[in-house]
Amino acid sequence: MDLTKEEESALKGKQGETLALAYRILVAIGEASNADRLIPIEWAHLSGINYNTIGDAGQEFLANLSKQAKFKVKTTINPMGFDLDTISKYKLDEEFVEKQLDIKKSYERMGATLSFSCIPYEIFELPKKGTHVSFAESNAAIYANSVANLRTNKEGAFSALASALTGKSPYSELRKEESRRPNLTIRMKVEQKDELTYGMVGYFAGKVAGNSIAISGTNDLDRRSCKSLCAGMGTSGTCGMFTLGESDGETIDFDKKEMQKVHDELNTADSGDIITLGSPQLGMEEISDLAVMLEGKTFKKRCMIFCPRAVQEQARRLGHAGAIERAGGELLSDCCICLTPLVDKRDIDSVVTNSVKGAYYLRTSNGVGVNLKSLSKIIQEETK
Amino acid sequence: MILKIIVKGKARGEVMVAKKPINFLGAIDKKTGKVRDQRHDLFDKSLADRILVFPYGVGSSVGAYTIYSLKSNKCAPKAIICLKPDLTTVSGCALANIPLVVVTQDDYNSLKDGMRIFLDAENGMISE
Repeated sequence: MDLTKEEESALKGKQGETLALAYRILVAIGEASNADRLIPIEWAHLSGINYNTIGDAGQEFLANLSKQAKFKVKTTINPMGFDLDTISKYKLDEEFVEKQLDIKKSYERMGATLSFSCIPYEIFELPKKGTHVSFAESNAAIYANSVANLRTNKEGAFSALASALTGKSPYSELRKEESRRPNLTIRMKVEQKDELTYGMVGYFAGKVAGNSIAISGTNDLDRRSCKSLCAGMGTSGTCGMFTLGESDGETIDFDKKEMQKVHDELNTADSGDIITLGSPQLGMEEISDLAVMLEGKTFKKRCMIFCPRAVQEQARRLGHAGAIERAGGELLSDCCICLTPLVDKRDIDSVVTNSVKGAYYLRTSNGVGVNLKSLSKIIQEETK
Repeated sequence: MILKIIVKGKARGEVMVAKKPINFLGAIDKKTGKVRDQRHDLFDKSLADRILVFPYGVGSSVGAYTIYSLKSNKCAPKAIICLKPDLTTVSGCALANIPLVVVTQDDYNSLKDGMRIFLDAENGMISE
């Protein structure tokens, strides 16, 4: 890999240990992915915020790092483990809370925008077409490449962190035009096309795709379905981009049988004790839709709804939050379904959700059963 | 030997060969460097101060923090030689500044448990 003189000197530690460490990460990842150089990026979005994902080692590392380090570019961050406003309603482990707050402090000290959101593409203004960013959250990376006209690899926690500290990233894989062309098409051959179907085709795509995949037979890809597709794809594989319509190369069918297989893998319960919506977190459009869908209805059981803080505040001003709360919905910010300690298997056996990503993490990390069904079915069956 | 250098550095020490991939997050005790996974072929042995030769890392990328902790706790391998550079091992070695190289299958097979070697991951050489 060719480095500029400045990069070389930073790597050797002449600008301090923090930058040396960041450049070591970038160079190592660059060498492993056959990059020939580093290029500038404008925005980093970091994962590894929730204490449940990074543990003591991560918390200690970040505390140490934040004594010296400062982010060089705009840096936003993923959800953490809980919502500060409603924390007293839950029986959370004191140690968890303390360590989570310490992690929050470390990111704040380094200059992160405390967005605690997995949908940065919906709550921040997007840079111009073709801009390179470094997104570690998988649904956000896929959305950035496929919908928002940005360029990023499906970054890991450390590559995005190193990008935030240096403003650079190795020039490899999806950052290069030639790697962005898909060589496999998934033909959607299913009748019903709601957000759950798109989540499942995404999950299927992640398993069969390389860097990039084409999907044909989609006709009504609204924002909710699109986010569901990105999240499903990010959960099951390493693929970081999709295009719509057929591409050159092989084709593979996603039919009723394949869809059933995905559903059987993710759906492990016939019903649930609570409902969770919002993995990825819901944006403004989805919140206002939900408020309309819930008119005159009440949830039969507890329903946790995750959205970014900025969205919740706007929803309050517009009255949507009130409408959702009147129907028994509980709005939570700063956190999301994935790996939250708010869903504890000591109290909850199974969860209803329309999120493929949520279903995967609820089963594997929270250890609860999952009843996976579409939003319209949830409204139909779980409200009165 | 043809080495691909991922993290630069030099190390002299005794080779420890793992037959199976390693899940750093789950299988390694970060306070002692001991392998605590009973199903792993290096069970109960410590990676501390060895030149670890293993196929590749598996499991959560958070395992990179484990590699970093091993170094902070002074029980990390002196260097690592692998077959496939997975993101966890790559970012972990980079964080902890542990020399890391990738070798071909033939060269990999020639590295035996207990051998004493000098790994020069700056000029790309392994010698006795």
